[in-house]
This record gives sequence, C-alpha cells and structure tokens, in this order.
Amino acid sequence: MKIAVQTEVFDLNAEVTALHRNNPSVGAIATFLGTVRSESGQVSEMALEHYPGMTEKALAAIVQEAQSRWAVLDATVIHRIGPLAPCEPIVLVAVASAHRGEAFAACEFIMDFLKTRAPFWKKETTTAGGQWVDARTGDESAAQRWNKP
Amino acid sequence: MNLKLLFFARLRETLGVSRDSFTLNAPATVADLLGALRDRGGVWATELATGRNFRIAVNQEMADLNTPLSEGDEVAIFPPVTGG
Repeated sequence: MKIAVQTEVFDLNAEVTALHRNNPSVGAIATFLGTVRSESGQVSEMALEHYPGMTEKALAAIVQEAQSRWAVLDATVIHRIGPLAPCEPIVLVAVASAHRGEAFAACEFIMDFLKTRAPFWKKETTTAGGQWVDARTGDESAAQRWNKP
Repeated sequence: MNLKLLFFARLRETLGVSRDSFTLNAPATVADLLGALRDRGGVWATELATGRNFRIAVNQEMADLNTPLSEGDEVAIFPPVTGG
C-alpha cells in the first residue's frame, strides 16, 4: 500500500507500473484520476488544505477497509495539496487485484470514502475572491451505499 | 485537563486561530468542550452553535459529542471535508 499527500504532481504510468511490475498475481488495475474542475471557467486556482497526520491515517484506514471487503492485492492513493490550477491532477486512486470486478469496486469505494472521511478542504479562487467549497450531500449518499446491511 | 485544539479551513479563518491550548475540568466529553468554547461568545457561539455543520476529531479519529476527553488529547474542529 502506498499513501502519499504531496504538492508535486504524480506520474500515473509510473504509479500503475509499480503496482504490478513484480506481482504476476495482478490481472487488473483500476485507476481513478481526479482533476481540478473550473465550472464555466470561473475558478482560477484551487487551494487544498489538510490535517497532517490524520489525513494519512484516514487514507490508510480507508484502504484497509477496502482490503477487508475485496481481494485487493495492492493499492496506491496520492492526494495533492497546496495551490492547483484548473485541469491539474489532484487525486489518484489505483487498485490492483486478480480480476476487474474487485479492482473497480475497491477503487470506487476508496474514492467515495476519501470524499467524505479524509480531512481535506478545497478553497476556490474566482474573480469574486476566495471561497471554501461546500460539502456535497451527493458525496455522503455515495459513501452510504457501501454500508453493510 | 489540558487539551490541544486545532482548527481547519473555513473554521480556522472565521475563528481566527489555527491552534490553541485549552484547560477543562475533568471528566469531560466533546460536548463539554464545545459548551466551554461557545461561552467565549461572538463567532465562537455562532460557529459552534448546536445544529451548525462541523466535525470533531479526537487524537486524529472522528469523534462525536459523547466522546470522552483525556489529559493531553488533540481535538480538531473543522467543516465537513471536501477533498478528492
């Protein structure tokens, strides 16, 4: 498992390669790449704040939970912080498993929980100034659907 | 008991503090701490009012109003998260 919170950009191909290079049991890698969105071109910059210490623990706990639910062979979660421009990559989740079903499900689960449980906060800069992004209720419903009956 | 308080994002800006130390009589829960902070009045009373949407972590684990506090605990107060 690799968990990283960093300002630098990441290399998607290098991260995917690292997940299966020495592991012939891997037959599927699902990746999610999140990028900075600027609806109607209004956002000039997105600043990411986080809670150092808790962030890494929360991400590791989310990946461990995914590993307890699906046959995940390895996983990488990288989240960038600091000021980012529209179109820049912001988050990467990559999950390796033997077959695609487990990889897709675990990747989506990790993203849904990252959105609602990992202590990151976005602040957008527009022509009107800086504005903290509000949490979306749709993100909470997305995480809720993974609740065990 | 002595607590270490942390504030993030919009709450950090509105309350005008990112970290603070706070002394509370033991035994105490998160609810007791919030009550004591509201007693400061002004933005503290407004932002931490019952029904306002904020989250609490104790020693870097998500907590709720009933979570007990101990000497030296790190308590973070922040808005709902918006990463990803």
